[in-house]
Amino acid sequence: MPKITYLEDSGKSHTIEVSNGLSVMEGAVQNDIPGIDADCGGGMACATCHVYVKEEWFDKLPKKEDGEEDMLDMAFEPKQNSRLSCQILVSDELDGLTVSIPSKQG
Amino acid sequence: MIKTDALIIGAGPTGLFCAHQLGLIGLNCEVVDNLDKIGGQCIELYPDKPIYDIPAVPECTGEELTNNLIKQIKPFNIKFHLNERVEEVNKVNDKWIVKTNKNKEFETPNIIIAGGVGSFEPRKFSPKECEKYENRSLFYSIKDKTIFQDKTISIFGGGDSALDWAIELSKTSNVNLIHRRDEFTGAQLSVDKIKELEKSGKIKIFTKYQLNSVKGEQNIKSIEIKHDNKSLEELETDYVLGFFGLIMKLGPIVDWGLNLNKKTIQVNTENFETNLNGIFAIGDICTYPGKLKLILSGFHEGALAARGCFKYARPNEKLRFEFTTTSKAAQERLGVKK
Repeated sequence: MPKITYLEDSGKSHTIEVSNGLSVMEGAVQNDIPGIDADCGGGMACATCHVYVKEEWFDKLPKKEDGEEDMLDMAFEPKQNSRLSCQILVSDELDGLTVSIPSKQG
Repeated sequence: MIKTDALIIGAGPTGLFCAHQLGLIGLNCEVVDNLDKIGGQCIELYPDKPIYDIPAVPECTGEELTNNLIKQIKPFNIKFHLNERVEEVNKVNDKWIVKTNKNKEFETPNIIIAGGVGSFEPRKFSPKECEKYENRSLFYSIKDKTIFQDKTISIFGGGDSALDWAIELSKTSNVNLIHRRDEFTGAQLSVDKIKELEKSGKIKIFTKYQLNSVKGEQNIKSIEIKHDNKSLEELETDYVLGFFGLIMKLGPIVDWGLNLNKKTIQVNTENFETNLNGIFAIGDICTYPGKLKLILSGFHEGALAARGCFKYARPNEKLRFEFTTTSKAAQERLGVKK
C-alpha cells in the first residue's frame, strides 16, 4: 500500500499506509490525523481539508479542476502549492507523498 | 416563553422533513436556524448544483429540493426563527428550556439537532491583529453601507459577494479589490463590470495578493498586502472587507453535555436520541456505526426521531403506526380535501 506522510503544523509527522483509490483526505480522517476537518465529507464544498503539497510532488499530481481552485479561494492561508486533500486520489505513483497541514482550517 | 412539542435546530433538508414527520403524527414544532434563509447547506453551499441521489427524484438542485420540502410542510404552518442561534439548553422539570442569542426562550420536551456540520460563520483573515478591528473598521458582512461614503475601502475575495460590493461601493467610495489569483469566481457579468470600472479608474484591482498585516490605532489606517512573488505593497485604507465565504462551527452545542465524536454527536439508531433524554440528533451532525452523510439518511433519521419525540410530548397517549395513504388523521393534518 502507498505510504502517505502528513506533517502537522507543529512539525509532528504521521506516515500511514493508505489504500489505493481512497483520497488523501480519507486517509487522514480514517486514521485520526488532526487538522484535516473535511466538514463536507469530500464534496469539494468546504475547503476544510486544505493541505500544502511539497514542491517535488505538486507537479506530479493530476491537475486541479476549476471547482477546486474556487474553493481554495476560501481556504485559510492558501499558497501556490495548496490543494484540497479530498481531490487527491491515492495510487501507487503517490507512494511517499508528503502533505503539510495548515495551522488551522478556517 | 414559547411552548412547543419539539424544537428543531437547523432548517436544512433533514430538519424540514423531520418537521413534516412530527406534523404527521400530530406534534407541533418550531425551527431555529442561524442562517437568514431556509435550506441549510443546500442553499448556502450548492443552490445551483444538481443532486442525483434523492429517491424518486432523478435530478434536482439544492434550491429545488428546499422549495419542495417547504411546500411539503406547508399544511403544518411551522414557525421559523431565522438568523437566530441556540446558545443554551437547561433541563427544568422534565422540560428543556432553550435560549437563543436573541434572548428568545422555548420550553419543550424535545430538542432535535439537525445542525448539519454546525452553524455557518464567516471565514476570517489570518493576521492576528484583524480581530481587534473587527466590527469597527473590518467587516465580514455589511449592515450599513452609508458608513463607507467617501472613504477608502479594501475588499478581499473573488466571489460574488466581493464583486457585488466592490461594484456597489465604487459609486460612493474609493475601492481596492484584492484577490489571491487572476481569475474571479463571481458571475461573468460582474467580472466584466469590475474590469470596466478599473479602466475608468473607479476601482483599483490587485491580483495575486493576500493580506499580510494591518496598521492603525483605534481604526485601521493602512494595510500591507503581499504578492505571490513576496513583494509587499502598502495601501492606505479606512475600511477592510473580507468575503471568503462561510465555515461551519459546532458552536455552543459542545457545551451541552452531549457525547461527541470529533464534530459529530453520538446517537442510538433506534430513534436517534443522544445520551440526554429528549435531545435527538439527525443528519450530518449525528454519528453511529455505518453513518452515511446523505440527505436520504437524514430523512430516515428524522422520521424515527419524530416518533421518538412522541412519548415525551404525549406521555399518556399511544402512538399507532399509520400510512398517509389510508390514515384519516394524517390526511386531516395534511389538509387533504376529499
